[in-house]
Amino acid sequence: MSLGQRVSSDHQLARLLQIGVVLEEVVESRAAHHLESLSPEERAEVDEEVRELLVEASEESADHRERLEALIDDLDAETVAYEEINALVDAQYGPPEDTDGVLYDQLANEETAYKFYDDLIEAVEASDAEFDLDRDRLLETLADIREEEKEGVEEVTDIMERRA
Amino acid sequence: MNTADQYLKAVYLAQRIEDGPASTGTLADLLEVSPASVNEMIGKLEDRGLVEHEKYKGTSLTDEGLERAHDALQTYCIIERFLANVLEVEEFREEARALESVIDDTVAERLDTIIDRPEECPDCFDPERDCCERLEAELGGCAD
Repeated sequence: MSLGQRVSSDHQLARLLQIGVVLEEVVESRAAHHLESLSPEERAEVDEEVRELLVEASEESADHRERLEALIDDLDAETVAYEEINALVDAQYGPPEDTDGVLYDQLANEETAYKFYDDLIEAVEASDAEFDLDRDRLLETLADIREEEKEGVEEVTDIMERRA
Repeated sequence: MNTADQYLKAVYLAQRIEDGPASTGTLADLLEVSPASVNEMIGKLEDRGLVEHEKYKGTSLTDEGLERAHDALQTYCIIERFLANVLEVEEFREEARALESVIDDTVAERLDTIIDRPEECPDCFDPERDCCERLEAELGGCAD
């Protein structure tokens, strides 16, 4: 058991970034699944706003994934292909009951991602380990992504409040 | 998972190993910290109503502590299973131990949406061998 929240090696950092990539892939895949799981009637009923949110979330996750993959490349590690994660999401997927369920799931996605990057930044900052990639670039990338996740949380919350 | 939850999980596992209150020595071994650190943290957890400590006997979880320990062990099992089955990490136990302090339970919940975890989880976790019996069986034996 390892007490104390810090990243102490390239290997551990690469592993955490790989987990970040998987989280992004889960968001991307679930957003696509939510849209596909709705019947044509239900899909027609989903607000344009919600549909746009899901498309944006999917695109943003793909962008985050690419930025994380660039960092992982510098650590000579590999990532799990999107197709593999999409297949795993598919195997366990249970569609939300309605649009509110979709929004709650999307909120959980964004909040989880925010928490993950926030913890990771804290753990990197708490460590004095030297990594095989530029620490400033690492922290800057993670902080940028965290900011976008924060905006994502606000965006979903705004839509939920307007619908309430 | 924060430090308090890691302690609660250790008390839960130590109680199962010892079939009674957890001794400070076992907790120190499980957590790889000094007995003095264990005593200090146990005092804090007792103040928060999560454990009860009886001198010369050991530490037991309260109902609230048990619930949190159960959740913490489940989070740990998700991390282990995710590392083994999704990232295909051979040394998944060692890595889960190294990563548990950085992975929050909300993150573990998301990872849980893509893994196939047995319904009895985390009761199938073997405290003495520090591994999930079911996962080890699937992967071909519990390595030491």
